[in-house]
Amino acid sequence: MLKRLRLAVALLAVAVIGAAVPAAAEVRIDITRGHMRPLPIAIPEFFGGELKDQQMGRDIARVVAADLERSGLFKPVDPRAFIQTVSSLQVGPRFADWRQINAEALVSGTVQTAADGRMRVEFHLWDVLTEEQMTGLGYTASPAGWRRVAHLIADAIYKRITGEDGYFDTQVVYVSESGPKNDRKKRLAIMDQDGENHKFLTDGAELVLTPRFSPTAREITYMSYYKGTPRVYILQIDTARRELLGDFPGMTFAPRFSPDGNKVIMSLAMDGNTEIYEMNLMTRQKRRLTNNPYIDTSPSYSPDGQRVVFNSDRGGAQQLYTMDADGSNVQRISYGDGRYATPVWSPRGDLIAFTKMKGGEFFIGVMRPDGSEERLLTQGFLVEGPTWAPNGRVLAFWKETPSDERGRGMSTKLYTIDLTGYNERQAVTPLDGSDPAWSPLIP
Amino acid sequence: MKLRFLSIFAAVALVAACESAPEDTGAKAGGGQAPATAAKPSIVPGSEQDFIANVGDRVFFDFDKYNLRSDAKASLDKQVAWLKKYPNYALTIEGHCDERGTREYNLALGERRANSVKEYMVANGLPASRVKTISYGKERPVALGSNEAAWSQNRRGVTVLGK
Repeated sequence: MLKRLRLAVALLAVAVIGAAVPAAAEVRIDITRGHMRPLPIAIPEFFGGELKDQQMGRDIARVVAADLERSGLFKPVDPRAFIQTVSSLQVGPRFADWRQINAEALVSGTVQTAADGRMRVEFHLWDVLTEEQMTGLGYTASPAGWRRVAHLIADAIYKRITGEDGYFDTQVVYVSESGPKNDRKKRLAIMDQDGENHKFLTDGAELVLTPRFSPTAREITYMSYYKGTPRVYILQIDTARRELLGDFPGMTFAPRFSPDGNKVIMSLAMDGNTEIYEMNLMTRQKRRLTNNPYIDTSPSYSPDGQRVVFNSDRGGAQQLYTMDADGSNVQRISYGDGRYATPVWSPRGDLIAFTKMKGGEFFIGVMRPDGSEERLLTQGFLVEGPTWAPNGRVLAFWKETPSDERGRGMSTKLYTIDLTGYNERQAVTPLDGSDPAWSPLIP
Repeated sequence: MKLRFLSIFAAVALVAACESAPEDTGAKAGGGQAPATAAKPSIVPGSEQDFIANVGDRVFFDFDKYNLRSDAKASLDKQVAWLKKYPNYALTIEGHCDERGTREYNLALGERRANSVKEYMVANGLPASRVKTISYGKERPVALGSNEAAWSQNRRGVTVLGK
């Protein structure tokens, strides 16, 4: 079992060869514009002296290239076009060779296993046109942690070129689905953001829904029908310890952690009515935040923890509302045609993502926290449940296809899409999937 | 690996579909949810089959609604009369929704539907302590199509008999 927290990934050296001087013509991607030309980047395999290190170097370069390609912002150059060899690259880039194959950025790297068995990975990012180094970093890790090192390198490259934090050293927890439509087996599953290291967290004996990460990414809060009673639980990922959250007198559901991890906000349904409650995980105190005969559910905190966005039908149909974290100062924010649901506050604080239903179709969209500037990013027979990558630039959601009267044709798949509405991609899972939740950057 | 998984589950889905297909009806008695035309002699009065086949265990709701329609009230009147005659059964009312809503909201809507059924039963003389409710949202459809005919069957409150 991979114990992520204990992986010794130490950031050793920043700017290995001098500080990069930002030049006027520097390679740069402005990711706020959308649908731009992906940046051609050459990522040769990392150099290794020993056979083992060579293999590791190939694998790391492959994962880095795949991460960057999937973002839609980079276009890795086909390695078969490379002119300069990996070993001569260690002496220094021959920039003319890289310009000739239209690479605008170049990554060179090395892998070396130390005497204690740990590996040392270094990389340099070069601006091919200005012939300057943009960044250079080194990592020391156990060989089992090589994938994380690759994701950290991809994050560093993404950040240096876009100016935004990366999101590759992250995980996704979701509901794995299988079986016929009237008897779906649903299990919690977790995987790296690129689909690797996939693991089931529950065995499918009971219905489980809506998993969400804690800020440390080591706990998940979710809803389970364990023993036939729908309740919110917290699961410790490393120990598989499961804890029932509070002794509420009815169904609890739609849980989310507060940004500081000290509270869980959720819905309680009792005698037909659904209200929002917060539970303090330290004091175990419960507090009711809404109080009316309408449905109040799907609460999500703003990143500063001061406000909550939620879903209510108090106005006659499902709309989005915000309130202070103590339940006061309620404001309706969605006013467009149709019904709005599953609001999620961006980790950057600037936007709220949601599911919208209108005219028999479902949409994923975003709006400002005051409800202005609504933009719909994608649509389908059923698209639902957006979740933010930690940099607030990419969303994951799920898509369900319609079925015939025998249930044939139904599939549920995870997808990702840029905030700009471009680069929609299916995330590969072993079985069907729904309810994705993107982790924060792994601490 | 992935392809193998997919083909196994596809096979399961087909088998399940065949079992509920209307062929060979004579061999299968007490199939459950279809409204029965007449009491079969094999059904014991007061049994769960009696309740399902001769009274009806479910009522249906309009889209995004939880108020009881007149046909639902008529059905619940029959249910309540039968349940008063056989007072040993405890009840769980399941609230369900169609797939044209979001998961969390539908859990809340299913709770409302189950509670509507419960309140009607209690108002008509069943003790509240005898009636529990549970919402399954849109997670447990009975009709598999993605069309209004199926959705109208899935927006339901089901009375499940227990001990």
